[in-house]
Amino acid sequence: MAMTVDLPALEQTATPETASARWSRLARPVLGLAVPVTLALGWELVVASGYSNGRLVPPPSKVFETIVALAGSGELLRHILATLGRVGAGFALGVVAGTIMGAISGYWNFARRLLDPTVQALRAIPSIAWVPLFILWLGIFETSKVALIAVGVFFPVYLGVMGAILSVDRKVVEVGRVFRLSGFAMIRRILLPAVLPAYVVSLRVGLGLGWMFVVAAEFMGASEGLGYLLTDGQQLGKPAQILAAIVIFAILGKTTDWLIEVAAAPLLRWQDAFGARGGQ
Amino acid sequence: MLALKEVGKTYPNGVHALERFSAEIAPGEIIAIIGGSGCGKSTLLRAIAGLDRASTGSVTLDNAPITSPHAKIGIIFQEPRLLPWLSVADNIGFGLADLPAEIRRERVTAALARVGLADKAAAWPRELSGGQAQRVAIARALVPQPEVLLLDEPFSALDAFTRRDLQDHLLDLWADARPTLILVTHDVDEAVVLADRVLVMRPRPGRLFEAITINLARPRDRKSELFDTFKRRVLTALDRSLDRQVREVTDKSSAGEAMWW
Repeated sequence: MAMTVDLPALEQTATPETASARWSRLARPVLGLAVPVTLALGWELVVASGYSNGRLVPPPSKVFETIVALAGSGELLRHILATLGRVGAGFALGVVAGTIMGAISGYWNFARRLLDPTVQALRAIPSIAWVPLFILWLGIFETSKVALIAVGVFFPVYLGVMGAILSVDRKVVEVGRVFRLSGFAMIRRILLPAVLPAYVVSLRVGLGLGWMFVVAAEFMGASEGLGYLLTDGQQLGKPAQILAAIVIFAILGKTTDWLIEVAAAPLLRWQDAFGARGGQ
Repeated sequence: MLALKEVGKTYPNGVHALERFSAEIAPGEIIAIIGGSGCGKSTLLRAIAGLDRASTGSVTLDNAPITSPHAKIGIIFQEPRLLPWLSVADNIGFGLADLPAEIRRERVTAALARVGLADKAAAWPRELSGGQAQRVAIARALVPQPEVLLLDEPFSALDAFTRRDLQDHLLDLWADARPTLILVTHDVDEAVVLADRVLVMRPRPGRLFEAITINLARPRDRKSELFDTFKRRVLTALDRSLDRQVREVTDKSSAGEAMWW
């Protein structure tokens, strides 16, 4: 086995790729596609052979046509950018607030006793219930939408950061104490890296909720955005447009989630977790 | 000199873990602290490390009181406690953050070679075996060149062969700069093979029961008659410390057993 000399540690974990390993590496994603592709093709056939007119459930080709048409007129890009902008702003606000509050509550017992009960009580309120109030306070336009998304993102991030700090292994903190790290060095060299895996998970959960709440926000009166495409499609009876918007939501949601995963991967290479090795 | 004066510890929950423990430990001396569970040996070690404060009495290193972790006192725990997000080399250099990068790299490289893990510099801690990880922990504690090195049952989680190797390795490393070693253990073999003095403790509340000087030349032969004699003395003291019936030990076949119960 030809391995690089400067990374001998890999020798133990790297094994020559066997035929079956190569097969399973290729087969895994393919297997995941089997069900949706079969369903889509099946429906396409049903409509094409005239067993259904496909008016309420348009076949994939029709949905694809709609996407192409929307993209061709430049409208799609406008809607995507509007939605992305709202999610981006709301996510950023929610993450910043959730991280700061979560870190304070996790680090200082006093702050946790002071703040956490209130935050937990607020968390119990279904976030959509804030909509009327946000509209009264912040108006019907962008601000109230961004605020709603930020609220949705805030809670998982807050909980994730606080929980991660609280569950940092006392024994690892003690190593920092033995080497006489100051408060700041302790945070930078022990707490931050220890908290990072859980933080990335909470960011991904937060982003998922952000995508969920942008739809709710765009339902409450928007003139552009993917959520607008949904309501517009419903009101004008264009199911293909609704499905097109849903497909784009799925693509955008998956892509942004993947971006977080990819951005965090180099920082989490050290993890010795079941999932990190691809799951067996 | 490390001086312990009437060190006592009562935890906030009322447990009286340690009572008036006094000892003077010379530079370069190797001390083994041994005793049944609950005899306060870990409590004592944590007080010397400055991780917990003694309730009464004082710990001083060259007349300076120890109340918090000290630059000249290192500690090795039962578990390696390596930081999983740092490579082996970065773990070893963890306590050298104040030094310029180049000097740090030199010292880390030398330490890696010294513990026989030069080829593991870039590995993650999870890729190490238990014995390798503990060797990294030893290197990490030794690179800042402590005057006192505390060891809290450092080899108890390892298999018997690895444990012996590491005991010999520890002595070998100790010979480089001869720091004071204070080792908490419940392995009589380990105490006798390593220590100049074995302090036998008595539980509830923990206190010093007997100090046994092991004046055997190093390297010590674990199979020699004299080694057995010292082992028997420590075992006898342990039995007495636990108010057990002391039997005359005649069966030599059990001499190689590492654990005393």
